[in-house]
Amino acid sequence: MGCKLSALKRREEETVEFFRSVNVNWLGWKWYFLAFSMIFSVAGIIKMSWNWKHTGVPVPLSIDFRGGTEVEIQFANRPDIDAIRKAIDAAGIKDARIQNYNENQPGSNEVIISAPEVANENSLDVARQQILDALRAHYNNPFNDTGVKVDTVGATVGKQLEQQATKAVLLSMAGMLVYLWFRFQLIYGVAAVVACFHDTLITVGAFALTGKEISLTVIAAILTLVGYSMNDTIVVFDRIRENLNFKRKEALPDLVNRSINQTLSRTVLTSGLTFLTVLSLFIFGGQVLNGFSFALVIGIIIGTYSSIAVAAPMLVAWQQFRAGKGKSAALPAARRSRA
Amino acid sequence: MKNLKNRIALIVAILLVFLYGIFGIPQGVSGKALRAAMAKRIQLGLDLQGGVHLILKVQVEEAVSDETDSAAARVREALKTANITFSQVYKPDPNKPEIIQIDGTPAARASDVRSLLDEKFSNEYDVNGGTTDSSFTLSMKPLVEKALDEKTVQQAIETIRDRVDQLGVSEPLIQEYNLGANQILVELPGISDLDRVKTIIQSTARLEVHPVIGDGSGFSDDQAALASVGGTLPPDEEMLHGSGVVGASSDSDKVFIVDRAPVVSGSDFRSADPSTNPNTGQLNVRFTLTDEAANRFGDYTAANVGKYMAIVMGGRVREVAVIKEPIRDGSGVIEGSFTQDEVTILSKMLRTGALPASLVFLEDRTVGASLGADSIHEGVTAAIVGVLVVMAFMLIYYRSSGINADLALFLNLVILLGFLGYSGATLTLPGIAGVILTIGMGVDSNVLIFERIREEIRAGKVASAAVDQGFHHAWITIVDTHVTTIVSAAILFLFGTGPVKGFAITLTFGLLANLFTAVYVSRVIFEAHLNKLKPGEMVSI
Repeated sequence: MGCKLSALKRREEETVEFFRSVNVNWLGWKWYFLAFSMIFSVAGIIKMSWNWKHTGVPVPLSIDFRGGTEVEIQFANRPDIDAIRKAIDAAGIKDARIQNYNENQPGSNEVIISAPEVANENSLDVARQQILDALRAHYNNPFNDTGVKVDTVGATVGKQLEQQATKAVLLSMAGMLVYLWFRFQLIYGVAAVVACFHDTLITVGAFALTGKEISLTVIAAILTLVGYSMNDTIVVFDRIRENLNFKRKEALPDLVNRSINQTLSRTVLTSGLTFLTVLSLFIFGGQVLNGFSFALVIGIIIGTYSSIAVAAPMLVAWQQFRAGKGKSAALPAARRSRA
Repeated sequence: MKNLKNRIALIVAILLVFLYGIFGIPQGVSGKALRAAMAKRIQLGLDLQGGVHLILKVQVEEAVSDETDSAAARVREALKTANITFSQVYKPDPNKPEIIQIDGTPAARASDVRSLLDEKFSNEYDVNGGTTDSSFTLSMKPLVEKALDEKTVQQAIETIRDRVDQLGVSEPLIQEYNLGANQILVELPGISDLDRVKTIIQSTARLEVHPVIGDGSGFSDDQAALASVGGTLPPDEEMLHGSGVVGASSDSDKVFIVDRAPVVSGSDFRSADPSTNPNTGQLNVRFTLTDEAANRFGDYTAANVGKYMAIVMGGRVREVAVIKEPIRDGSGVIEGSFTQDEVTILSKMLRTGALPASLVFLEDRTVGASLGADSIHEGVTAAIVGVLVVMAFMLIYYRSSGINADLALFLNLVILLGFLGYSGATLTLPGIAGVILTIGMGVDSNVLIFERIREEIRAGKVASAAVDQGFHHAWITIVDTHVTTIVSAAILFLFGTGPVKGFAITLTFGLLANLFTAVYVSRVIFEAHLNKLKPGEMVSI
């Protein structure tokens, strides 16, 4: 016994721990949480409506969805954007957008030139040819085939991809709702899906606010963050379910608070570490993954926040709503508590 | 644990199996040899190794139109044979190529026409009309049309596959895409010359023989041709341009009026080979027809001696020849001033079969190899930095137990990459991102377990009980979190395309591997450690 005590004592001295015994009344902050979520959601929605009115789409879309041609070229020498613009203009290509790419990386010498969608699908390839010819003819900075990346997307495919993406996001939420319904109770599933929707809305809003484009890979990131946010929510819910099983005389808000606090160190650690990996993606992953990792950086912060600040309070609010109507006050406990 | 040794042996065996999946048997153990071995086993996506990605739409209406053209010809033939007069058999609406109309049959013979059409065409067509006036319509049955569309797409895929083989692409992917939309996905790794790819895929080296209306001399322009038929072109005839003379320069353009329905066309050719004209020494292409087509061609030439036929290739009249005598042997020669290269390509095109309908490009993406290499470099750097940061943190925060987590994480990566090696699934740039997220999820599992063990220790449990309870409780949560993420990854796999699919693959594999490493492997390491503890001693966590 003495042996064990000393071991424990030594442990306490050496162990690194961030959240030993926190006792935060999370639910007491629910109105602040609501205000915070509203501000960001509404800001995103306002910006999206403004975009909708002025550009016809709520969020800037990449050519994956918008259709058009995008040519990425790696030049031998440092590219001069103005000279390129002159060359492109001289060739009579209208409405082309020219921007530096991977600017922070010395020696990358990359430029992205995008031209709007070609109306006639039979001549989808025209813009690519025109751009490359124009640069070869009017701009004296060599490049070769292996340093060129071209994406040309016709209107048909753009529409298809847009539908597929929307379908994928909605279906994955529905799939997870069904799984949670089966594993917990419907209200848990609904609360988790509302939290996920909240995260998606704010993340997409962030794209609208910063003017970054939503591409196919960004959709993949959004689906990941949906899964990730779900993850976080489930960890908290699992603990609530476990605690409900002890049938202590404890008010639900207190129990939920306790569950959040018990899982807090895990939540912060995991989010922190995942955040670090995503951050390394954002910093080192290059321009192609920029939108992807941006979505995840935002998504991980919001996803962690929402499982504490949106999903758990919803459970409590639902119970109080039922109690107010004179129905059973008990939150449905787990179907299977200890598997 | 009694069978701890067995478990450790199992883990080592799995480690070796998946290491083999990644490297195979490498030539050496230097970094360079290992990298080469890995490149052989793990297939990189187009975004990493460079290549061409295309989505094509097959214009299936053309195949339908061809089919109804020949059906219209058969209707005329059948009516003539039955001695029924008619004013015309034509297709009234160019936008509805599936409908054939028959006008001007004698009212008295309406029932004859009806039974004739029913007898010969009702398998493929719905027969209507003949009740109020003397016109009938044949419309292709929707099921037949759908089957024809499907056949056309499959035939186009076969043709494209044969043609792509000429490009020498190592592992081309050619498959139907977006089922039912008549689209084809083509992925050609390692190719960056989009123009050449398009020329070869799109080439309409479609060879047909059409009966020529009138004499074989042709007209100087469209107006002259139209004037010869009284201003409007009968619906079963068409105007084609071309020199009509072998060896003429390509800009000598004449207009010919020919029957819309060809006597022989694309799929009737059995073989085609380059050869040489013994008299002039010029290169030409010698072809043979299938037996069925040879009979048809023989009958046609026998019935039309003295008339002209046009050899049409890619929609242009290459040669107009008079039929001197019945041609029964079903072979022939396409003469022309070809170059060696042209003859080779032409005969290959004919041999591989013509495209059954033309193609429209809906999407094309090309990645140059050096840009792909940049992407690999960036993706791998990000992954390595991410892994190292996480591993270092685990060691600091959980001390010796951090070694557990790091070993489990390492094994997770080995299994994930091994999976890729064995399954032949491609690693894309979003795929690398999937690997990085797997690391995040792997760490999450370990954190869940470790935090729970700490809690149990705090609640006063002894080492072995704390470990046991920690794993037990965390397991439920880990299953729930993994299943939900796999659900969303599966949906991404089903609805995503190309690179995004690669992301779903690595994430799913990674999560499955993690269920094994974070729970089973980490547990075994704990057990081994617990065995060495003195009674009452605590685990380092």
